[in-house]
Amino acid sequence: MGYFLFRRTIGFVLTLLTVSVVVFAVMNILPGDPALTILGLDASDEALAALRDQLGLNEPLVSRYFSWIWNALQGDFGRSHSFRVPVADLITERLPMTVSLAVAGMAMTLLVALPAGILAASQHRKPADWGVMFLSQLGIAVPAFWLSILLVIVFAVKLRWLPPGHFPGWGDPVAAIRALILPTVALGLVQSSVLARVTRSSALEVMRLDFVRTARASGLSRRRVLWRHVLPNALVPIVTIVGMQFAALVTGTIVIENVFSLPGLGRLIFQSISNRDLPTVQALVMLFAAIVVTANFIVDLLYVLIDPRLKART
Amino acid sequence: MRRLPANLMIGGVLVALVVGFAALSLVWTPHPEGVLNIRGKFAPPSATYWLGTDQLGRDLVTQLMAGARNSMTVALIAVLLGGSIGTFLGLLASAIGGWIEDLVMRIADISFAFPTLLFAIMLAAVLGPSLQNAVLAIAFINIPVFARVSRAAANQIWTREYVFAARAAGMGRFAISRDHILPNIAAPVIVQATIEFAVAILAEAALSYLGLGAQPPASSWGRMLSEAQTLMYLAPQLAIWPGLCIVTAVLGFGLLGDGLRDVTDPRLARQR
Repeated sequence: MGYFLFRRTIGFVLTLLTVSVVVFAVMNILPGDPALTILGLDASDEALAALRDQLGLNEPLVSRYFSWIWNALQGDFGRSHSFRVPVADLITERLPMTVSLAVAGMAMTLLVALPAGILAASQHRKPADWGVMFLSQLGIAVPAFWLSILLVIVFAVKLRWLPPGHFPGWGDPVAAIRALILPTVALGLVQSSVLARVTRSSALEVMRLDFVRTARASGLSRRRVLWRHVLPNALVPIVTIVGMQFAALVTGTIVIENVFSLPGLGRLIFQSISNRDLPTVQALVMLFAAIVVTANFIVDLLYVLIDPRLKART
Repeated sequence: MRRLPANLMIGGVLVALVVGFAALSLVWTPHPEGVLNIRGKFAPPSATYWLGTDQLGRDLVTQLMAGARNSMTVALIAVLLGGSIGTFLGLLASAIGGWIEDLVMRIADISFAFPTLLFAIMLAAVLGPSLQNAVLAIAFINIPVFARVSRAAANQIWTREYVFAARAAGMGRFAISRDHILPNIAAPVIVQATIEFAVAILAEAALSYLGLGAQPPASSWGRMLSEAQTLMYLAPQLAIWPGLCIVTAVLGFGLLGDGLRDVTDPRLARQR
């Protein structure tokens, strides 16, 4: 176990480092002069030179990379040009919004997908199974932003039950939860389509095994066999997909925050693109990529907890 | 086996519909593209405007057709570009093996840390938002996908007897890759390409919706939806059709890809 942990951790750190090199390279080697984009085309040469100096653009690329990483490790992501505050402050201010949305979206995904997948498996080749398969096939094809717009038109514009967007802050918990309902549904429903299918096929595999028949024969109810014996044994593929879906979920929050004008990191990244605020974009892209890599790392570790047999093979 | 034709056929019909729609727009649209008619804005469906007009009086059917063309073009270029680079890398990794194979696969693993949207965001921040950058981002994300699929398939072919025979006859690794491996991994690569086509359509729509793809006045389903969103209170009907088009296209290519996989790889079909 110690060796396994060690190897995985080294791999995780190396991946993060490589990702940081890629982010830095794309943001700094591609043509384009940050000083020019910040000051605009009619800036004087002196002003441009002064700003390049201030931004450290005259330093060699390699030393700029290392100072970026070194500072980032200490929580310093540079200063935002457009907001004129440290990027770290912007992130801490908006992180709770994005985390609330991601957690709610993941919870919604699991709450819909696991029961739907188990239901479809237990009703194999019956109407409930076809229904779940049909809806999930449709769900995979529906863009989250379109579903969001439709939900807003129905529940905010026509019925006026829920707000069409914006976030009032957690100071008013009821209003905050009401504001999160439509974004969460939009994020979770689309995500749960893939997971429901994986849950179904994984559960079907397990249900063919002998111990399930034994459990049924020993008098346990169908429901108890499904939840106590089938689901736990079907978990490995489910956890893989949940880990992979985390990437989609993170990207999903970026889209959903923009659809509903929610003041999170995804909205910030788009404001920064329109403001040509490269340090902020660079920090946020790195942060999102790091979240994805970390999620995959955690999934790797979870495998071993769920199925100790896998340890021998790694 | 009875389920197989179903997804293939439904997918095929939907794909033919969307591709036909896009191809038709090259030679004919109900109204000329990009023609404004402010007086006739928000017209209801009629004999002249089958689905009505938008906030600038543009014919909706014409725009949807141009959007189909845009969507198909983007997906085709992105999948061809990413697919050929990825397949080439996968073949190379499999042919050479050793640390080169490890390196290619490690890089493929790492690039999974970048969802398409993140990569498109980086390109847009540095080079400015444009459809070309969106295509590049989608193509880039396809490279590791195809590298993995083609390497896994190629590694299986390398153990076949006819490949041993070719090697014994003195054929080089690259000649074998070209003459024996590539034709034999075509099926899984084509299946993957069909599925990635659906993913690319969805990605283009999302990027254009967010302003990182097609720029005005180009027609794109994603852009039509972002314009429709600002008019939700005034003309909610504008948000329906572009979304239905996206779903039709994505569903079509997705089903077609699943169907092709079931036909070409019966072993997988039985598991499902």
